[in-house]
Amino acid sequence: MLYDEPRFLSAGECALVVEFGDSVSREANAKAVALAGALRDLSPAGVGEAVPSYRSVLVHYDPLRVGREALILRLQALLAEGLADRPVEPRRREIPTAYGGELGPDLASVAELVGLPEAEVVRLHAEQVYTVYMIGFLPGFPYLGLVPERIAVPRLEAPRLKVPAGSVAITGRQTGVYPVESPGGWRVIGRTPAPLFNPRRDPPTYLGPGDQVRFVPISAERFAELAGLPEAELWP
Amino acid sequence: MALAVLDGGLLTTVQDLGRPGYERYGVPVCGAMDRFALQAANSLVGNHLGEAALEMTVLGPRLRAEHDCLIALAGADLGPRVDERPVAGWRTHRLRRGQMLDFTGPAHGCRGYLAVAGGFAIDPVLGSRSTFLRGRWGGVEGRALQAGDLLRLRDPNPDQPGRAGGAVAPADVPRYVHELTVRVVLGPQDDLFTPAGIDTLLGSVYEVGAESDRMGYRLRGPRVEHRAGADIVSDGVVMGSVQVPGDGQPIIMMADRQTTGGYTKIATVATADLPLLAQCQPGVGRVRFARVTEAVAVELLRDMERRLARLAGPRAYRLYDLATAGGEYAEQE
Repeated sequence: MLYDEPRFLSAGECALVVEFGDSVSREANAKAVALAGALRDLSPAGVGEAVPSYRSVLVHYDPLRVGREALILRLQALLAEGLADRPVEPRRREIPTAYGGELGPDLASVAELVGLPEAEVVRLHAEQVYTVYMIGFLPGFPYLGLVPERIAVPRLEAPRLKVPAGSVAITGRQTGVYPVESPGGWRVIGRTPAPLFNPRRDPPTYLGPGDQVRFVPISAERFAELAGLPEAELWP
Repeated sequence: MALAVLDGGLLTTVQDLGRPGYERYGVPVCGAMDRFALQAANSLVGNHLGEAALEMTVLGPRLRAEHDCLIALAGADLGPRVDERPVAGWRTHRLRRGQMLDFTGPAHGCRGYLAVAGGFAIDPVLGSRSTFLRGRWGGVEGRALQAGDLLRLRDPNPDQPGRAGGAVAPADVPRYVHELTVRVVLGPQDDLFTPAGIDTLLGSVYEVGAESDRMGYRLRGPRVEHRAGADIVSDGVVMGSVQVPGDGQPIIMMADRQTTGGYTKIATVATADLPLLAQCQPGVGRVRFARVTEAVAVELLRDMERRLARLAGPRAYRLYDLATAGGEYAEQE
């Protein structure tokens, strides 16, 4: 539910949370991403990073340079100006993905759970344009929404100890990509050869909050070809 | 110029003040757990206060100076010796080529800091030399130091000579205690706890679990009661955020915390108390919580910054460093 007015919550004396809603929603997320972007562009004195998440922004600040009340007034003014609502042309990204087989070991079980052929699950997943709601859990791990209801499935009962890097996975209405090998409980339906995170680049992630993302189905052979390419070809 | 590592100790990593400004990409800030001690050590050797130093945990390393160098020790007393002769902390020491520095065991606190005049010749990653252990990058190959490592040093800045024989006045040396009361500001999800739950947090003693680490301090003690469950839509966390999952056992987010979390956060530790918390040893220390207002937490921070300014003089750097879009964290090469 989107709040009529955003809530300003304390996260200690050096950060505050601007909360737009109490659940996952496109509107709350759009406001959060827009406010974080606006603060980044303005770079007000004494204000540090603004970190957007599903329905809120965590704003770091130096209380010895700017008081909490003054900051809240400043943020309210920004929101009143409609800065947070000003449509910003989102960045568009594609994720080439080889679905099923060894690269997507959970595709078969997902198809069975939802009562559809595998090819149909793939089609439904790939035809959606997703918004990056936020990046968290791991550097570069994108939380993308919303997966079509028809293929929404719960997490694995027992998480895997090792999900390979590049794995494309779903849980409920969210889909994501594991940038590095990691434990994980989401269902893995495919894999991408595209690198998602490189700490030697700045910014270090291929995706950012607010990006519009499509998964583009490719064959296992094409996956192998792309996996051998230098990073700059997949992430210019 | 270099320091040779003959033994890495329990967990010795290169840390500076971290890499703020990349949390929107899921990159943890990392950096020294005790930011006060790090900056004190750097001030003694004439470094930029945010220069990278060694963070040594409980059992320190064994190092050999390959060249003459000026070092400083601050933070926990881990039993430092030069050529097997005990030396004092919170001061500088000149190491002659060939001399050994090692540590016999912790006496007070659990994290010691070793700064070298000039700092380490390590390429920064995303603007910082801090080690990100979980990601296996940053610092020395993203890992703890081990025997055989050679830590190359940069040349000291001739305009900012360290004070050979310099020391922090005893009155300015922090006291580390086994049972620590940390001040907290309630929120952001304090409204998702019952009044009884908040009373429990503020009225109990918690053990710092042995598995506590740079990611978080896992506390054991009376269960903190939620109103209706511990799950929230994931949002941002800060160092010092006190999360309470379904089992009612608080977890205090520390330097290597993940950037977002899906559990209710009842309170946030005042920034000025984080250095003391970092000296509370896992498996040994205990923590109590005392509620303060934001205004009081700000005064505590102001007081800590004044103390740091007294140690470091006009070159004082902020204890809490922000990354604005332009980047306040300026390095001296």
